[in-house]
Amino acid sequence: MAETTPLYDLHQKAGARFVDFAGYLMPVHYGSQIEEHLAVRRGAGLFDVSHMGILDVAGPEATPFLRQALANDVGRIAPGRALYSCLLNDRGGVVDDLVVYALAGGGYRVVLNAARKAVDHERLATLAQPYQVTLTSRPDLGLLALQGPEAVRALPAFFGDALAGRLAALRTFAALETELGFVGRTGYTGEDGFEIALPVDLLRRAFSTWIESGVRPAGLGSRDTLRLEAGLNLYGQDMDESTSPLESNLGWTVAFEPADRDFAGRAALEAERREGVGRALVGVYLTGAGVLRAHQDLVDADGRVVGTVTSGSYAPSLGFSIGLARITGPQPETAWAVIRDRRHPVRWHHPPFVRRGHVLVPAAAGR
Amino acid sequence: MSHDNPNDLLYTASHEWVRREANGVITLGVTHHAQEALGDLVYAETYPVGKRLEVGDTCAVIESVKAASDVYTPVGGTLLAGNPTLAQTPEIINRDPYGEGWLVRIRTESGSALDGLLDAAAYERLLAEGH
Repeated sequence: MAETTPLYDLHQKAGARFVDFAGYLMPVHYGSQIEEHLAVRRGAGLFDVSHMGILDVAGPEATPFLRQALANDVGRIAPGRALYSCLLNDRGGVVDDLVVYALAGGGYRVVLNAARKAVDHERLATLAQPYQVTLTSRPDLGLLALQGPEAVRALPAFFGDALAGRLAALRTFAALETELGFVGRTGYTGEDGFEIALPVDLLRRAFSTWIESGVRPAGLGSRDTLRLEAGLNLYGQDMDESTSPLESNLGWTVAFEPADRDFAGRAALEAERREGVGRALVGVYLTGAGVLRAHQDLVDADGRVVGTVTSGSYAPSLGFSIGLARITGPQPETAWAVIRDRRHPVRWHHPPFVRRGHVLVPAAAGR
Repeated sequence: MSHDNPNDLLYTASHEWVRREANGVITLGVTHHAQEALGDLVYAETYPVGKRLEVGDTCAVIESVKAASDVYTPVGGTLLAGNPTLAQTPEIINRDPYGEGWLVRIRTESGSALDGLLDAAAYERLLAEGH
């Protein structure tokens, strides 16, 4: 039996159609995935992402612990700032990708993918053994993502004018603990926005308040197309324990400097760099009609398979199909996606495809 | 089901509908329930005109934002036409599944039976049972 978040009945009331995601019954859309997608690009949308894991890291050695545990370096961020990082296995494979917030009062808050919570906890607990730290899971907190260019204007409805003003002043990837929840200027859509961790009573009040004030509830369907347009990887689809961050277009999130920071997975990544990274995660789009989907092959002019689509969808902001693909070996100039045994020409595009409402891919496609 | 499934159509358990036209021709589409379950449709591809179809063959593929679905014909015959408007406006299937959103026309073999298909009442019972 799938779990639900504390907002299940409110989703039902808002007309949600549900899907089982990582063992949670989550809204996939509330009527139209495309309209929700466009609402986030042009206005504001509200996602319930309470299925994600929140883990607090405290103790005198919280910083040295996370500097060893994570591929990105929490030593680079001041309190009140957030960092995107991979958690790696010893082979350099991605156990999870996460956002870690350095808390103003010391310690850290880590937000984890729903499907990886248990694995992450086990990996982090193992890595934490030599350190004086405590890891506290926070199932008492829910998580909302208020996203879109109008997100700032939606803040006062729940936070009131004074607090909304302080939150509007947050820079991207900054965070603030408030009496109405923990708020980070972060997201997974390529738009401006906020992610808010709240206890259940406030979570319900925040969700209802924003929906009543006209913010559009948005489901996991649009969350997926928004993140794909934004060129953001989805764990389990674009990378997993068998792929390294260097093969997943996430090399920029690995802090190799300082050279003496011996983070988990470092030796494997250094060996990979020495020997040459064999695979790459790249962006593609279809120049004609059709829809890219995960697991479709990409072939070169001779029909040789050069890669596989890892994420693919129709892109509502663009009107054609885009995807991410893992390429083995050199990237040929021209390639085709094999869809139902027929070849469809694709073009390469370094992601993102859309960012902050701007289309970054040439409009060569179209149906 | 609040939405009416027209009484003059026949239905399949896989959520296609069939309308009998003149001269052994049928028109085929997907039901309101199907389009609603699939969500926003963004692509539709009908099989080539002239293609020979056996009962249960795929005659079209429709894709929503999330997934691709095969559409099957419950009758054998020859594919006579695909809906020409689908290439530019696949969302017409969402808006008008029993009208403008039709998918293909098939010339059935002489004497091919349409029995075994469901009438509107039987189809609605099927939906009520949660299929």
